[in-house]
Amino acid sequence: MNQKTTPIIRFDSIVKRFPDVVANDEVSFSVEEGTVHSLLGENGAGKTTLMKVLYGLYQKNSGTIYLKGEKTDIVSPMKAIELGIGMVHQHFKLVSNHTVIENIALGLTDVSMTRPTRQIERKLIELAGKYGLDVEPRAKIWQLSAGEKQRAEILRALYRGAEILILDEPTSVLTPGETERLFNVLEEMVTGGKTVIFITHKLDEVMKISDQVTVLREGRVIDTLATASTNKRELSKKMVGREVLFDLERDPCNRGEDVLEVEGLTTYNDKGVIAVNDLSFTVCEGEILGVAGVAGNGQRELSEVLTGLRGATSGKVVINGKDLTNATPRRIADERVAHVPEDRIKQGIVGELTLNDNAILKSYRKRPFSRGIFLDYKKVREWTENLIEEFNVKAPGTDTPANLLSGGNIQKLILGREVSSNPRLIIASHPTYGLDVGSAEQIRNLLLKQREDGVAVLLISENLTEITSLSDRIAVLFEGNLMGMVERDQATREEIGMMMAGTPLEQL
Amino acid sequence: MKEYLPFEISERPNPSGWVIITVSLLALLSAFIAASFVFWAYGTNPISAYTALFDGAFGGVYELLETIRRAIPLLLAGVGLVIAFKAQFWNIGAEGQLLLGTIAATWVALFSPVPEPLMVPAMFFFGFLAGSLWALVPAVLKSKLGINDVITTLMMNYIAINLVLFLVQGPWKGEKQWGFPYSDNFPDGAQLGTIGSSNVHWLTLVIGLVAALLIYILINRTTPGYEIRVLGSNPSAGRFAGMSYVKTSIMVMFISGGMAGMAGVGEIAGVHHMLRNPSELSLGYGYTAIIVAWLARKNPLAVILTAFFFGAIFSGGDALKVSLGLPFQITDVFNGLILFFLIGSEILMNYKIEWRRS
Repeated sequence: MNQKTTPIIRFDSIVKRFPDVVANDEVSFSVEEGTVHSLLGENGAGKTTLMKVLYGLYQKNSGTIYLKGEKTDIVSPMKAIELGIGMVHQHFKLVSNHTVIENIALGLTDVSMTRPTRQIERKLIELAGKYGLDVEPRAKIWQLSAGEKQRAEILRALYRGAEILILDEPTSVLTPGETERLFNVLEEMVTGGKTVIFITHKLDEVMKISDQVTVLREGRVIDTLATASTNKRELSKKMVGREVLFDLERDPCNRGEDVLEVEGLTTYNDKGVIAVNDLSFTVCEGEILGVAGVAGNGQRELSEVLTGLRGATSGKVVINGKDLTNATPRRIADERVAHVPEDRIKQGIVGELTLNDNAILKSYRKRPFSRGIFLDYKKVREWTENLIEEFNVKAPGTDTPANLLSGGNIQKLILGREVSSNPRLIIASHPTYGLDVGSAEQIRNLLLKQREDGVAVLLISENLTEITSLSDRIAVLFEGNLMGMVERDQATREEIGMMMAGTPLEQL
Repeated sequence: MKEYLPFEISERPNPSGWVIITVSLLALLSAFIAASFVFWAYGTNPISAYTALFDGAFGGVYELLETIRRAIPLLLAGVGLVIAFKAQFWNIGAEGQLLLGTIAATWVALFSPVPEPLMVPAMFFFGFLAGSLWALVPAVLKSKLGINDVITTLMMNYIAINLVLFLVQGPWKGEKQWGFPYSDNFPDGAQLGTIGSSNVHWLTLVIGLVAALLIYILINRTTPGYEIRVLGSNPSAGRFAGMSYVKTSIMVMFISGGMAGMAGVGEIAGVHHMLRNPSELSLGYGYTAIIVAWLARKNPLAVILTAFFFGAIFSGGDALKVSLGLPFQITDVFNGLILFFLIGSEILMNYKIEWRRS
């Protein structure tokens, strides 16, 4: 690796500006052929933007990309594919009603007119065998697990002759076992001479899989180093720009009476498969119960059943001593249950409406916001102004449409709205997902504050650090089953990790 | 977005009022330019065609009253459609709902025991109800069973058309109409007063103006209206907040169908005074009202303006037929072009184009 070869990709002073922000600021670094190169940085550091520039989805404002030493203009994804660049996006771009083969056929021009699937299938099986990417070619996309979908995406890129493969946060949707499998595939590909660019914010993965790592922060390159000559501590410092405090200040837990009691709860997901299986637990006043687990192990269905958005097939949900199994969302909310939803843009706000309208989403039927059927926007505006100030939402005014706010500010608005309803129970799903460090910290402190005020909090998160630093007790879900429940000070990250991967507590 | 283009395209997440108005006017202008090719193809000078159109719509008191008369059904049905569209309910069935209003009015005027002095309020009441019930069928089908609203509302139109045809050729065929497929004439008490000798049935006009104002208040200042706005813009957030999609769909279609039904009452009690062939009763007002609501950008108060505008196209189109001998379908061509350019211009509202500085 020390020999001086021409790097396969060289970024030279790439600048990409958006209306309000410089996403990439004079980014320069090189990627060597036949290596795994990690792009490390927090959300909003500009990793995905840079890769979208490389893949032709965005056009840079200035700077040059050299491919194998040659200056290249990548004007479109089509051009990128032609040049041997493939990208697997964080949110898969597959047509779910079509089969794997049909998805690969999309956009292909050199297939035979007669029986094209046969031709594609043959080549697909050959590629899959070579790299250990097994997917059923005739399966419909919606039937596949996240890992299988990802393999289908990788196969599509390889089918089109990708020599350089960009993977955007590929492990965020995978179980630990699937992650292991993905890494084997990547190693296989690198051995075969391909180059992999791996976008992530997870340090363990950088250390494990990559040869080189480039750290981005606020759109700038902080450093490019060989993984062998660095460590996690150094990388995290470079990534965040300061020592990371993993422990928040917190008072000891003052447990009161049970607010939420769940007994033998079972429900199915949208495909009719059991998503939550015979779950029993309680959350009491002044306590945060953390639910850890890899995404897609029943967390979403659990929060939906508890908030009335999904029916339970068996079991009981008792809130404030009242049986609210299969009650309507409104009935449950009236029991002073606040909900910070998983998908804040889709469920938490109405983007086209103003902050005023969004601030009363849960309370528009109550005084003083409405009398009879009439809304009093004067009162609503006053309330929204208070909310914005108290929860530090950065917005030009209360008449601003909510979709003009950044993710962190939207989340602060949602949390502020939910918390201001004076709840007894807060169900928070991935409350800091995708937020910058500052906003995430504010959100976490808000949750701790609620706990100190005696509110019961059910915290569902994939972020293990968040779970361990906030929760008083930690429950781990795997395929809808409770793997175990541990007290905060008795838990080790290793144990929780094992449970997340499917080993019950008793077997540890 | 591509560098080889001399301009840059970027998103405009929340277009301002000025942008919406400018883009809409540009769309109208484009439609007029496109229509001038049609005139030209007929061997008519587009400028003289537009002069005739303008004179026919605004040239004098008679023309102006004629424009207003055409605007009345468009106003009522258009305001109703605004509230449906606001809730993302694509009601293409105003035409059928309007015809149901005419059927209800005919029943009140000719076959009901309602005494003559009460006939006018009864006609509007039953007309509203008939249009509403007609609209509730697709509302229930969509909100309960997920059946596509565009298709069901559209198909209900054909049922309504044939229902009217059946009535005027069968059970309700008038005895004093010399065998024509008309119902008998309405009694005097079932005929709406008009302004002077014109056909402007002012009562319907007043109902339309008041309804525009009430629906504006309903949408923007009340809790049911709030639910319409939330569910129409982000249904899953509405569900999440405990709102009922079924209840709101039924409410908007009840109002939407009812408004179209009253438009039908106005036409039959104010102009025709008998049930007759549906194409003579309506002239496609229910379809044109879709364009009226769309051009108003789902603002009920703006419908007052856009309904007047399309009223002008109808009456101007009449003048074109008479003075230039153009076929009567010219109004349809106009309406079609306007809708085409309006929908095409949507994207210009949500994106902006900036010339690159060299």
